[in-house]
Amino acid sequence: MAATDFLRKRFMPHIWCPGCGHGIIMRALLTAIEKLDIEKNDIVMASGIGCSARMLGYIDVHTMHTLHGRALAFATGVKMARPDLTVVVPMGDGDALAIGGNHFIHAARRNIDMTAIVMNNSTYGMTGGQYSPTTGCGEYGTTAPYGTVVQPFDTVELATAAGASFIARTTTYHAREMARILADAIRHPGFSVVEVLTQCPTYYGRKNEKGDAVEMMERFRDCAVPVGPLDDNGRATAADVEAADASVETIPIGVFRKEVRAEYCDAYRRQVIEPAVAAASAAADAAGGDR
Amino acid sequence: MNASAQKPDRTRVRFLQGNEVCAEAALYAGMRYFAGYPITPSTEIAERLAERLPQVGGSFMQMEDEIGSICAVIGASLAGTKSMTATSGPGFSLMQEAIGYAVMAEIPCVIVDVQRGGPSTGLPTHASQGDVMQVRYGTHGDHSIVCLTASNHQDLFGIVVDAFNFSEIFRTPAVVLIDEVVGHMREAVDVPAPGELDLTERLLTDVPRDVDYHPYAPREDDRLPMSNFGGVHRYNVTGLVHDMWGFPSEKPTIVNDLIHHLYLKLENRKRMLTRWREWSLDDAEIVLISYGSSARSARHIMENRRSVGVPIGMIELQTLWPFPSELIRARCRNAEYVVVVEMNMGQIVHEVKRAVDRPERVFLSNRVDGEMITPTDIKHLIRVIQGKGV
Repeated sequence: MAATDFLRKRFMPHIWCPGCGHGIIMRALLTAIEKLDIEKNDIVMASGIGCSARMLGYIDVHTMHTLHGRALAFATGVKMARPDLTVVVPMGDGDALAIGGNHFIHAARRNIDMTAIVMNNSTYGMTGGQYSPTTGCGEYGTTAPYGTVVQPFDTVELATAAGASFIARTTTYHAREMARILADAIRHPGFSVVEVLTQCPTYYGRKNEKGDAVEMMERFRDCAVPVGPLDDNGRATAADVEAADASVETIPIGVFRKEVRAEYCDAYRRQVIEPAVAAASAAADAAGGDR
Repeated sequence: MNASAQKPDRTRVRFLQGNEVCAEAALYAGMRYFAGYPITPSTEIAERLAERLPQVGGSFMQMEDEIGSICAVIGASLAGTKSMTATSGPGFSLMQEAIGYAVMAEIPCVIVDVQRGGPSTGLPTHASQGDVMQVRYGTHGDHSIVCLTASNHQDLFGIVVDAFNFSEIFRTPAVVLIDEVVGHMREAVDVPAPGELDLTERLLTDVPRDVDYHPYAPREDDRLPMSNFGGVHRYNVTGLVHDMWGFPSEKPTIVNDLIHHLYLKLENRKRMLTRWREWSLDDAEIVLISYGSSARSARHIMENRRSVGVPIGMIELQTLWPFPSELIRARCRNAEYVVVVEMNMGQIVHEVKRAVDRPERVFLSNRVDGEMITPTDIKHLIRVIQGKGV
């Protein structure tokens, strides 16, 4: 099956602006799914609200377009009901880290098997370019006409602290690597976070004089520094990042963490359900009655 | 359901707290996923289900907040598992947006709200019935919703099962609205045997694989045969106004049809949705209308006054939403006075006034100090109405 066979073509054209990076992410995601050879019927995608969230409408799997910030919570229920399904959650930066920040850190803490894609364009695109939790300090948005006065979140560090077991960052410039990373993330049995830096030339780019879509992607290319290989504990060695010139802006990309830890659904089944069912069954047998 | 008619089987009578009844009845109804967040006075529901659900192969999950809880419940239901959450006023406020999502996306789920005093943190461990209107209008936009309640544990068991049945039949969130007194009180319950109460399972589509399935095209009876996520039909679910494929639409005819469907699928079926009890209405000049724990006090004073010859009767509402206005109008037609007994500043009383022929004859007997309303409180009001003085 070709990647484009996963598209719901009758719902095209899509709503994204010319130059938007989200289509590149959708293509990489479809390529990853194609590579993994998963049945369409075995995939559930949940999204929140925003430009990122609209991706789902165009993908021919089970799709759930939910509430702003809450996609991971909806997806958690789906996964608990059907642990056999593959669950993917594309989110925006405001969606994942502002209104959905609580669900994000707790999904990571639980290490529940799903893949969160944080499509980070440093702005709220759908509402017209307000500053987001990943807008850089001093940068502009329609609600930051004098520049923001706060530090942005670092998605990778946040996911690391919260306990996600697979963490990666890539950009829309690195489309092929993105597809490989997404396949790896979906295959990983635990909570996977893939941050994709993506360009919003319409709002973030214009407000902050970052140039057009091509220039914004060239910046991703020029600033990207691959992290080192994973060590025995599944943690990236940071050598390459430190080797970079500190005076130049850098974007560390690659896989930062990949460690095998107890997955929530599996652990709950083994530690809670199986012993409880066995004990209830034994109690019923002891009572001699029909259950 | 008329268990009192038969001699109870002693071996199945249990001494349970109202919250525990909610948990056991939900299990009876086939609920196999619960997500919740601790909050007084509902926490015992979560505690009991944390222990009981895994015993029947189900899953309990403590979420990071009430928003996450209701969202996870909706997700699990969409994937085919009967699901429930439980909370109290503050948590119920947080759930409102997602309740609207379940309304719009037509995903069955059950929410138990064990009311405390409000507003805000209010009185966590005291009695109140202040959430009645929030159940109806708490989430934004036009819609209808199912809300059931009970005053005693035997009824509560059946009401919780009804809530699951209605949620599946109409693909709607159904709210079980009890109060702190019912939630925390302990009472004997004759637990129904399996098969004794009817259970309605989800209506699944019979459209075969690879044939175009329209998830949001209602049948003539307004029901929508469902295909669970992970099944053979892939479709889009959204909180946006959507067409019959679940894809966003702003076309006025589609918007109009959907809003009417969401409203009328319940409002046109009050006959099926209405649960109530009534006593001594035939010659009643005074009709008491109450629900939840207030109805216990109302029934007490009704029986007490009857015993001294006062022509008084009573209706105990178990379905609050959609409001059974036709029932109320018919039953109150011959009443000189109607007294609504509730523990708030007047919520159901306004619905009763809208329903009856003579709204000026409708009075409110209430109490909002966190204490349960007493039979004496109600008696005093009746005497004032009758011009007898307290």
